[in-house]
Amino acid sequence: MTALADIAAAPLLAVEGLTVRYGDRIGCADVSLDLAPGEVLGVVGESGSGKTTMLNAVAGRLPVAEGRLSYEGRDLRAMAEPERRRLMRTDWAFVHQHARDGLRMGVSAGGNVGERLMEGGARHYGNIRRAALDWLARVEIDPARIDDRPTQFSGGMQQRLQIARALVTEPRIVLMDEPTGGLDVSVQARLLDLMRGLVREMGLAAIVVTHDIGVVRLLADRLMVMKDGRVVETGLTDQVLDDPQHGYTQLLTSSVLSA
Amino acid sequence: MTEYGFAYLDEPTKRMIRRALLKALAVPGYQVPFASREMPMPYGWGTGGVQVTAAILMPEDRLKVIDQGADDTTNAVSIRRFFARVAGVETTTATEDATVIQTRHRIPETPLSEGQILVYQVPIPEPLRFLEPREPETRRMHALEEYGLMHVKLYEDIARHGRVTTSYAYPVRVEGHYVMDPSPIPAFDNPKMEMDAIQLFGAGREQRIYAIPPHTKVVSLDFDDHPFEPGRAPQTCALCGAADSYLDEVVTDDAGGRMFVCSDTDFCGGRRARGLRGPGLSVAAGDVA
Repeated sequence: MTALADIAAAPLLAVEGLTVRYGDRIGCADVSLDLAPGEVLGVVGESGSGKTTMLNAVAGRLPVAEGRLSYEGRDLRAMAEPERRRLMRTDWAFVHQHARDGLRMGVSAGGNVGERLMEGGARHYGNIRRAALDWLARVEIDPARIDDRPTQFSGGMQQRLQIARALVTEPRIVLMDEPTGGLDVSVQARLLDLMRGLVREMGLAAIVVTHDIGVVRLLADRLMVMKDGRVVETGLTDQVLDDPQHGYTQLLTSSVLSA
Repeated sequence: MTEYGFAYLDEPTKRMIRRALLKALAVPGYQVPFASREMPMPYGWGTGGVQVTAAILMPEDRLKVIDQGADDTTNAVSIRRFFARVAGVETTTATEDATVIQTRHRIPETPLSEGQILVYQVPIPEPLRFLEPREPETRRMHALEEYGLMHVKLYEDIARHGRVTTSYAYPVRVEGHYVMDPSPIPAFDNPKMEMDAIQLFGAGREQRIYAIPPHTKVVSLDFDDHPFEPGRAPQTCALCGAADSYLDEVVTDDAGGRMFVCSDTDFCGGRRARGLRGPGLSVAAGDVA
């Protein structure tokens, strides 16, 4: 677990009063959060609670109506587009719920992993190839399949490939949207195990959006509960899950079936 | 001649195209949108190139038109005849005599000199098109020089075939900024793009014009450990014996017979006029000469 001293350090990412609107409707409203280096923040809530909207807005994938976003003290909303996009390709990574959204399905596994390196200016085929092989091994994909396309992979493998593709530039922040969604339970467990290992080993800060309490119990240091676009409760994961204060959180935790 | 203005297009249209051309020359490799007109020929037959040629043609110009290097194929003949009729300009097949050369998919073998203009017909001007389908996104990628995807394509070639197998429309980077589609010329012609003549590119259906001014740096994309290689068939020309020109493979009968000949007919004819002969001519001297 992350030491308390690290959490107390200056936040890597700071969000204040983030509001996103879809026309007259609210996507998410007045969301504030701090993310310390190496910290994993879980965001739970039912469908339509605004958690994915919040994540997309933080990633710059949706226009923000109000609020402040800062990364390492720099204002992300005021940042010039080239710099922000460069940051997204190097320091940040996004893992989509559906691997198809995060992968190029017509490009081989090696090409998928190597893309971010090539975007960053890597021009040595041999080195790109080596990095891709290394990362396939790290996400437990047989390196012999480096030239296969993701269409030939199972759902779990596609998701692991997406993670390899996201992490190859050794980012500092990973934003994950339902990373285990749509996978069967044993594959989910393996994926979670892998992610937990990588997050700890690389000292990644992460925001993990999910409706699966089990995922955050395993991965997250802190937890944020959202309902109707607003944050209703935050705290250390165990504290929130074992002693929920807000009525909605109580409902959420009590509606989980224990195996 | 009384039915048309000089060179078919009306003067305001020519002015619009010339403005696009000037902008294109000022920003080498950048695709300038222009209001492409309907031309009396189908899209895909060089409507972009014809509009560019019409806009730059002067009464004293001498025009050459080639199609895959040849002066005598349908596309070349009909475009040459078109301008002979609507502009009354002199035409030629000799590369060194021409002031304007409109080309489909080849750069002449004879080096071009200052004062000449090479006009390319371009089917798809966007080199990123098959990698990124969204036009606003490709424009942003060009503006921000985000060309990693281009190398993903080359990576895939090497991963699959052991070398870059893209043999035509091989992407180039112009003057260190824009990645550009050189139109479907063979990769063999890519190194020639650093030349003394002006190169203009017109894509009629896609409504884009771009250009390379003389002496501009044009670099074919590659990897450090897989450098760019312009490819050509290893044979010599059966007619003129040239060993350094780009060759077409021609099937000569239905029994597997074939021969390799220069794709540039003017270059090949010029060599033969100087008495040079290839291995094919001694066999069947009568019918190919």
